[in-house]
Amino acid sequence: MVLSGYSPLPAYAALFVGAFGTPFNIATTLAHSVPLMLTGLGVAIAFRSGLFNIGAEGQFWAGSIATTWVGYAVGGLPPVLHVTLALLAGAAAGAVWAALIPGLLKAYTGAHEVITTMMMTYVAIQLSHFLLEGGPMQAPGYTPVSPDIRPSAFLPLLVPRTQLSAGLFIALGAAVIAWLILERTTLGYRMRAVGFNARAAAYAGIDVAATTVLALGLSGAFAGVAGAVEVLGVNHRLYDSFTAGYGFTAIVVALLAKNDPWATLGAALLFGALSTGASYMQLSAGVPSQLVDVVQGIIIFFIAADAIIAWLLRRSRNRKEVAA
Amino acid sequence: MGDFLGVQTWVGTISWGAPIALAALGGTFSERTGVVNIAMEGLMLISAFFSVLGAWALHNAWLGLGVGVVSAMLFALLFAWGAIRFKADQIILGMAINTLAMGLTGYLLNTIFGYGGTPVNTPQLPTVSIPLLASIPWLGPVLFRQNVLIYALFILLVLSHFLLFHTRLGLRMRAVGEHPQAADAAGINVYRIRYLGVLLSGFFSGLAGAYLSIGALNSFNVNMSNGRGYIALAAMIFGGWTPLGAFGASMLFGFASSIAFNLQGLGIPKDLVLMLPYVATIVALAGVVGRTTAPAADGVPYDPSESS
Repeated sequence: MVLSGYSPLPAYAALFVGAFGTPFNIATTLAHSVPLMLTGLGVAIAFRSGLFNIGAEGQFWAGSIATTWVGYAVGGLPPVLHVTLALLAGAAAGAVWAALIPGLLKAYTGAHEVITTMMMTYVAIQLSHFLLEGGPMQAPGYTPVSPDIRPSAFLPLLVPRTQLSAGLFIALGAAVIAWLILERTTLGYRMRAVGFNARAAAYAGIDVAATTVLALGLSGAFAGVAGAVEVLGVNHRLYDSFTAGYGFTAIVVALLAKNDPWATLGAALLFGALSTGASYMQLSAGVPSQLVDVVQGIIIFFIAADAIIAWLLRRSRNRKEVAA
Repeated sequence: MGDFLGVQTWVGTISWGAPIALAALGGTFSERTGVVNIAMEGLMLISAFFSVLGAWALHNAWLGLGVGVVSAMLFALLFAWGAIRFKADQIILGMAINTLAMGLTGYLLNTIFGYGGTPVNTPQLPTVSIPLLASIPWLGPVLFRQNVLIYALFILLVLSHFLLFHTRLGLRMRAVGEHPQAADAAGINVYRIRYLGVLLSGFFSGLAGAYLSIGALNSFNVNMSNGRGYIALAAMIFGGWTPLGAFGASMLFGFASSIAFNLQGLGIPKDLVLMLPYVATIVALAGVVGRTTAPAADGVPYDPSESS
């Protein structure tokens, strides 16, 4: 920031006030964290299984599309049932998007999931454009948006006039489920074993192919639920620039949390705060919000190359010794 | 439907395929020396932006090309530094470069040019007709009436093949990618060869990015690489880690995109057709792995203290 000519202190202050300054800002920060928590958990589950699911964005889209459809096309259900059905549809669509093509291909032909999940993301985005721009899901009128979902599918708001919905509890529940699956079930054990050393796992009698498909499916389901919660709790419909890149930020969130479900909640909160704070920073201190992407990139760089930090520390220590 | 497979489709194949082919050629060098370079997406974006910036500021498309390629190589150097010197996870590191490139180019676009986008009077790299050859029917417009970077692609394709398979340096590169310990024992500097491989991929990704912004157009859009770096990676795998194979696979994707573009006028929903290149990538990737094998040490950081 100094390099780009902004005085850092007012900018950081604006970032912090924007994220946590008022109850309204805190609620907004939490609301932005919810989809990051869910997609982050999904990416973390895949990572634990040695799979790099960089297509959470596409699974998020797939989940949003399915949930929106169930939200407006299915009627006459009591609210609890409608919400449950819509959430399940989102989870299923996300799971299918990750498991059906990238999962099966990885398991049986070895096609690298980095590329297949990425390509499936572009397919999902194109699919949503098709459905919304004059396609079967466009609401009457000229704007490319879907019809509003029925009120029986709304997730209740926790703080009135904010975007913070009961989706927060779904995210917290998902963290518990992710932790239980990874640490307390044989499926989780198999997944971690495959992630640790696939060949050894195969010798130990674990069906590596099936575990791979299941792990990617589970990972996609979490991202799908994230999309569902955005539809049911926040936007109540689907439109073009719906996701705000949550699926991509989720990769950073999972990396920062070192794939631990509880830490993922914290990391998601940090990035929720960064994005809420960044828009406020742009308004009040005039610092463009894209700088948050730059910061994210630098964070991932140093997570990947953590040896650089040790090296820098060593160097500065040596220099001090030389000076002394 | 008449000109569905007409000249326009083939001209389109080359112009859609060229940026992918350029990046895929570079990716071949990087992976042959043992570094998986998923950062090509970001390197293309960096070069696309700095090419426009350079061309606009220096009033010269060629200087813009230089600025773009050098900037991509500098980012490739950063990537190589983390991946080779510090043995970082190459995929995560690549994602870091891609995220950084997205943020940086978006940020610079808005701060330098404002929300109106890049200026309309930015110089563009010329399209050159080769006398006589260009007037051959069919072949002329497809091959000999093209942007200069397309000719560069053809020349670099031949040079790459020659370098990799018919020179001492190429042999060393392949040795480092297959068995770095043995290469090291034979007196080859593994690190230096890997830096060279990644820098070459930076150079090629730089050309690819410049083609997108000041070759095919004269402007820059946010995220204009739009997954081509990832497609290039797939093309390189599909092409069996060889320059000629990578080129062929890239042209296949170019063909898919070109058809998609041409089908838009035929009442088939454009968004469905635009999925075609991405679906083709998945199909290609699913169909070939198993029949080609990656360099044995691809993606594995080299640590001289480990023996194998």
